Amino acid sequence: MGITVVEVTKKFGDFVALDDVTVAIPEGSLTALLGPSGSGKSTLLRVIAGLEDPDRGQVLLGADDVTSRPARARGVGMVFQHYAAFKHMTVWENVAFGLKVRKRPKAEIGRRVHELLELVQLEGLAKRYPAQLSGGQRQRMALARALAVDPEVLLLDEPFGAVDARVRKELRAWLRRLHDEVHVTTIIVTHDQEEAMEVAGQIVVINQGRVEQVGTPRELYDSPANEFVMSFVGPVNRIGDTFVRPRDISLGLEPDGDSTEAMVERIVHLGFEVRAELVRDDGQHLLAQLTQEEAQALELERGLIVYLKPSRETVFTP
Amino acid sequence: MTGRYALRFGALGYLTVLLLVPVGLVFYRTFQHGLHPAWAAATNPQAQHALWLTLIIAAIAVPLNTAFGVVLGIALVRHRFPGRGLLNAIVDLPLALSPVVVGLSLYLLYGTGGWLAGLSEHGVKILFSLPGMTLATIFVSLPFVVREVVPVLREIGTDQEQAAETLGAAPFTTFRRITLPAIRWAVGYGVVLTTARAIGEFGAVSIVSGRIEGKTETLPLYVQSQFDSSLGVDPTGAFAASVVLALIALMTVLAMRLFRPSAASLAMPLRGRGGFAGAAVSTRPAGRMRSVSETSGSKEEL
Amino acid sequence: MGTSSAVAVSRPGAVLGRAGGGLARGIAVGYLSLIVLVPLAALVWSSRAQGLGTFWDEVTKPEAASALKLTLGVALVVAAFNAVTGTAIAWVLVRDSFPGKGVVNAVIDLPFALPTIVASLVLLELYGPSSPFGVDLAFQRAGIVLALLFVTLPFVVRAVQPVLLELDREMEEAAESLGARRLAIFRRILFPNLLPAILSGVALAFARAVGEFGSVVLISGNRAFHTEVASVYIFGQIESDNPSGAAAVSVVLLLISLAVLLAIGAFRHWRTRHDR
Repeated sequence: MGITVVEVTKKFGDFVALDDVTVAIPEGSLTALLGPSGSGKSTLLRVIAGLEDPDRGQVLLGADDVTSRPARARGVGMVFQHYAAFKHMTVWENVAFGLKVRKRPKAEIGRRVHELLELVQLEGLAKRYPAQLSGGQRQRMALARALAVDPEVLLLDEPFGAVDARVRKELRAWLRRLHDEVHVTTIIVTHDQEEAMEVAGQIVVINQGRVEQVGTPRELYDSPANEFVMSFVGPVNRIGDTFVRPRDISLGLEPDGDSTEAMVERIVHLGFEVRAELVRDDGQHLLAQLTQEEAQALELERGLIVYLKPSRETVFTP
Repeated sequence: MTGRYALRFGALGYLTVLLLVPVGLVFYRTFQHGLHPAWAAATNPQAQHALWLTLIIAAIAVPLNTAFGVVLGIALVRHRFPGRGLLNAIVDLPLALSPVVVGLSLYLLYGTGGWLAGLSEHGVKILFSLPGMTLATIFVSLPFVVREVVPVLREIGTDQEQAAETLGAAPFTTFRRITLPAIRWAVGYGVVLTTARAIGEFGAVSIVSGRIEGKTETLPLYVQSQFDSSLGVDPTGAFAASVVLALIALMTVLAMRLFRPSAASLAMPLRGRGGFAGAAVSTRPAGRMRSVSETSGSKEEL
Repeated sequence: MGTSSAVAVSRPGAVLGRAGGGLARGIAVGYLSLIVLVPLAALVWSSRAQGLGTFWDEVTKPEAASALKLTLGVALVVAAFNAVTGTAIAWVLVRDSFPGKGVVNAVIDLPFALPTIVASLVLLELYGPSSPFGVDLAFQRAGIVLALLFVTLPFVVRAVQPVLLELDREMEEAAESLGARRLAIFRRILFPNLLPAILSGVALAFARAVGEFGSVVLISGNRAFHTEVASVYIFGQIESDNPSGAAAVSVVLLLISLAVLLAIGAFRHWRTRHDR
């Protein structure tokens, strides 16, 4: 079931969290709401969930206007940043909760919970309490719990924020695989652009309560709509009114046409890529990114004078 | 949302009937016949003596319980030793024990035939005299400072103290400059509670004092004797003394509000591991729930 | 008690130092013994001084037994009542907002701060023979219940408030997103998490109610077999020069207090077992 948000505005006192937001989320997609802290992305998610009421606008699930429907009647499954585990219940009871509340027959609950625990790979831990699980395990439990009630829509609010870096990577891959299998319309809120790019098929970039751009990771990277999107989605050099990606700065040892001179201030080796921090005569600092081979070919080192020229530029017309 | 309003008005109504009306009544009844009789009743020699005695006992009991409270708190938190659990339980005991039982124990201990009855034969009068009344008051008001200090000590941990040590501070210096400042709001709160309990104590002191008018009568005891002698007909004297006590109580409530160590510690002074569980939530400076390593406990409003 | 028996901080120079720690413990134990332990030991000793037979007789004497039964009954009623009202008040103070909430919050402490005899006097004036409301609860069990409700008010409220404050709201939101209605959320999520705190508060209220003296002494009228609670009975026994009778019943109260302390310890242990 697709989700449509139409002209939604939400204020908290004087603070405008969402400003006339309209967005369409295709059915079965895995969409990321990407933005910095305070951008309104969590608020938008909560409005979709029914945990917040918009001051203006509508929320549609499929063709139904659910704006005035409470959360429990919307058929959404939600996963929270800090798990929101029912700490007084076992893993099994947590996952079974939604089914128990709907008064499903015991046999059905047993079957379904077992199925889900297998899906999230927590079979052996059914009798444990959340306090006895690791962060990653708790989040998988939270997912199983949300999926148990067969939601039309799965909402994830910064789900991997509270786990450590390595586990985060694993969970991202795992979520992608899960989505491939289960195909529920999924929205994930994140401030981490790498996460959004890696996990989502479609990204909605939000800033200060407004949608900046909607597109695939490729589209956002290659054709950003404005400066904000471009600099949020990856590092960028600003030269006057043009924006250049570090990857698109080509360096040479000889002047070449309208190339400008710069000195290498610092070199950082990032695996097979090399990042060079450059400074021009006029004091502007720039960042260039090259492969190991390219760096070696130039015999790149600190203090070296190079000549740079952007191989690709982006200009935004206001 | 009518459920919310029903609950709110139910709760507030209950509180009004149970608390506010009675307390309001104290003031009304006292000044019912005018300011003058009330003033006269409150300032006669017997009443003045009672107030004076009450304050003296508190002036002895509170500092003692405070000093020992801090020492006890540190011993309980920073040191592990056999019997620690038992010590904890004993500290809590005065909170669960009837004041009459307290009074009787002292009466049996120091009275004729008791183990320490010999003291009075050597001229040291305990019962029916200030020492006995003070001992009773110390007993019942013992736990409060300890109970407040323990969770704070536990929460702040030994990090700061160890840092001071690596910087060369001797143990007592560390105690004076690091530990004490860290617990000062907890101690303050504990002192307020201890004082309130000490001033208001009735049952235990009633038994050990013999209630000798003009000599071993504290203000609460004076309230009762005034009530008894007036046979409920014109209890202005009792009410006048009650007003004084009620005013002290109101100041106590205000002081409790001011000193209350954190927004989360709205629990009675019966927290901390080894004590009552009311809310085993450690004390933290209000408004800064995560910044645990502040030496100066902040005292923000709730 | 050797100074080098187990010490938590094992390096010299730790807070108060090793010797200092031992000294602190010694002072602490000495103080507690003098103030609390020795008197209570004297009490227990006196109660059995004339033999266990006399002890038992004193406790099972009709007046004593009646006082004890009344005390326990009334304390249970009050504790149960507080479980409900205390939780409700704590709820309103934490989850609701209205002008003057801060004042109401502070006022909860009043029964704790007010001397019990003043409470007794005031309740008598309000609900006794000269009551402006036309009720007369003096010399009645209802009067005792009222006085006890007054003094035990803060216990459950203050026990539940911090737990309610710390409760993870996301748990409730998660339950809501899973389809639970408000009542189900309360029953399945909130109540289980609040229960240990409620029980602790109830236990404290119970202990206080059992031992309460000052606030009931005026309104109850101390009618033997009808409105005489245990603490008043004990007092009466002292006045009528029967210390062994007083001691026997006191020991019973002491045992109840100890049992309550144990229970509270157990509740706390139960409560923290689910914490992350």
